[in-house]
Amino acid sequence: MPPPSLSVAVIDANLVRAAILEDGLRAAGITSVTVICETANLLKKLVSLDPDVVIIDLEDPSRDVLEQMFQVSRLVQRPVAMFVDQSDGAMIQAAVDAGVSAYVVDGLKKERVKAIVDMAISRFNAFGRLTRELEQAKSELADRKIIERAKGILMKSRNLGEEEAYALLRKTAMRETRKLVEIARSVVTAAGLLG
Amino acid sequence: MNAMPRLTAAQESGTAGCPTTVRIGFIPLVDCALPVVAAHKNFAAREGLRLELVRESSWANIRDRVVLGHFDAAHMLAPMPIAASLKIGHLTVPMAAPLALGLGGNAITVSTGLWRAMGRGPGAPPQETAAALAAVVAVRARAGQPPLTFAMVYPFSCHNYELRYWLASAGIHPDRDVRLVVVPPPLMGDALNAGQIDGFCVGEPWNSLAVAAGTGVIAATKAELWRHSPEKVLGLSAAWAERHPDRVAALIRALTAAAWADDPAHHDELAELLADPAHVGAPAAVIAGALSGRLPLVPGGAAVRIPDFLVFSRSAATFPWASHALWFYSQMVRWGQTPLSAEGIAIARRTYRPDLYRAALKGTALALPSASMKVEGALDRPTPVASSTGTLVLGPDGFFDGRRFDPDQFEAYLGGFAIHSMNGPAAVAQAETD
Repeated sequence: MPPPSLSVAVIDANLVRAAILEDGLRAAGITSVTVICETANLLKKLVSLDPDVVIIDLEDPSRDVLEQMFQVSRLVQRPVAMFVDQSDGAMIQAAVDAGVSAYVVDGLKKERVKAIVDMAISRFNAFGRLTRELEQAKSELADRKIIERAKGILMKSRNLGEEEAYALLRKTAMRETRKLVEIARSVVTAAGLLG
Repeated sequence: MNAMPRLTAAQESGTAGCPTTVRIGFIPLVDCALPVVAAHKNFAAREGLRLELVRESSWANIRDRVVLGHFDAAHMLAPMPIAASLKIGHLTVPMAAPLALGLGGNAITVSTGLWRAMGRGPGAPPQETAAALAAVVAVRARAGQPPLTFAMVYPFSCHNYELRYWLASAGIHPDRDVRLVVVPPPLMGDALNAGQIDGFCVGEPWNSLAVAAGTGVIAATKAELWRHSPEKVLGLSAAWAERHPDRVAALIRALTAAAWADDPAHHDELAELLADPAHVGAPAAVIAGALSGRLPLVPGGAAVRIPDFLVFSRSAATFPWASHALWFYSQMVRWGQTPLSAEGIAIARRTYRPDLYRAALKGTALALPSASMKVEGALDRPTPVASSTGTLVLGPDGFFDGRRFDPDQFEAYLGGFAIHSMNGPAAVAQAETD
């Protein structure tokens, strides 16, 4: 028979990331997941929830509230420990690198909690990767637009075909050992100045 | 980490002209000034260092990232490295504090409603405001109202101990008669405004911001509670200090940029520098008030001058007095965070490193105190003391209740407190979920 399900509180102001993590936890069979994105009066919220595991985004200053919960365990019914206290250096490193930390009620089986913390780390990392990819895609799109505009300006002012205009930009970039998009930006800026 | 070989001085300093990068974590508070000044005003470069400052959001992050080696050193609450060396709290490793980053700078702020109930005028001395608070606490208890809630920033913080000291001075038991909670500094003002807390102890600019917002009144300042008292230190892991003695020494010399920060002629420039969102991110005018020690205590009130409100350099402010470390240990014991032991005393004392401070600054113009400990609270006026240059004058260091802390009479000092939680924090029966 499986052990009774753990209750997990997720403290994360980023709703999308929190949803990704919640989804993962539910998929792993944890039915009691509460996301706290508003940290005002956090201690009171946590005390009434009385979760087995608290997962927190390291960018949240409310992390120090959890430190006090551990220090003064009379505030909660059960003593709380920071999960990484019980684990190896690699786990600590992985959690901090991913930007997440976990606090657990003492006495829980390490393996059960480890699965949850591993999940949090991998979902935080996945979210970080997604965010970076999205930013990259945005910036690539913006670059392409600039290059298109520069090509258009060259085609018009120098009476070039599209391929010739692109070749001219590339040749200039190579000669000046600068990025193509930087040259394109200069062309657009110059055209703006010269009217 | 301990397996790393100790590097020679030549390896330490790197190739000529190529500065060594040292990563320092800090929390956005006015007293992060010294690392900021050292990094931006050429003091670090002069010592062959490039300081990479990383703004952090919680003290727990600061601790973890020093332990993990993400940060070489950090702006720490003075009791933090002691707690880490004593192995209390999470992720503990032996730490070292070779330099102090400032004296004073905190205040206790109460809600305007509580201030009215206390019925004192602005600037009343701490014993009066504490007594007025005790009267309010007693009235509430008789009326069956829930206890008042006060916030501080971290279990091992000067704020926690100052607040408790002030409350207990008037007979208020901080673990029984009121509730103490941790609230992150940026959320203090909102929590006060929303009535979730009735008061807090925090560093600047957060008290002044609550006063400016019209939600709080400064009831006592750290400088009034204990003049020239320790607040932040440069904290690093003892292993890193052991491995990089030259970097530690260069860092100590760079951070004596303190003298620049203390000079009133530089306060406007420093306030602008700290106001940058990359540093503190608060209005320069509010920061300038903390730097000059002229702050409005009540909403709409005129600025009041608080002598020695925040001290960076004068009065040997950067010197890591072993007696400061021992006073923090006395309060950790008093409030049940750790049991009293001879070993604990030795560990607390060892965590502060006046030896590293002296080694780094020997032969410079800076006056180095000859002693590493003093009886805290013994000086009631500026007093010349023995030093390397013969010119050191220490400012008054009195506690507002007139007590003295003689580190050699540790147990007698602790025994003098009627209010304590030495048998573990007293159980608070009432539900915290009211």
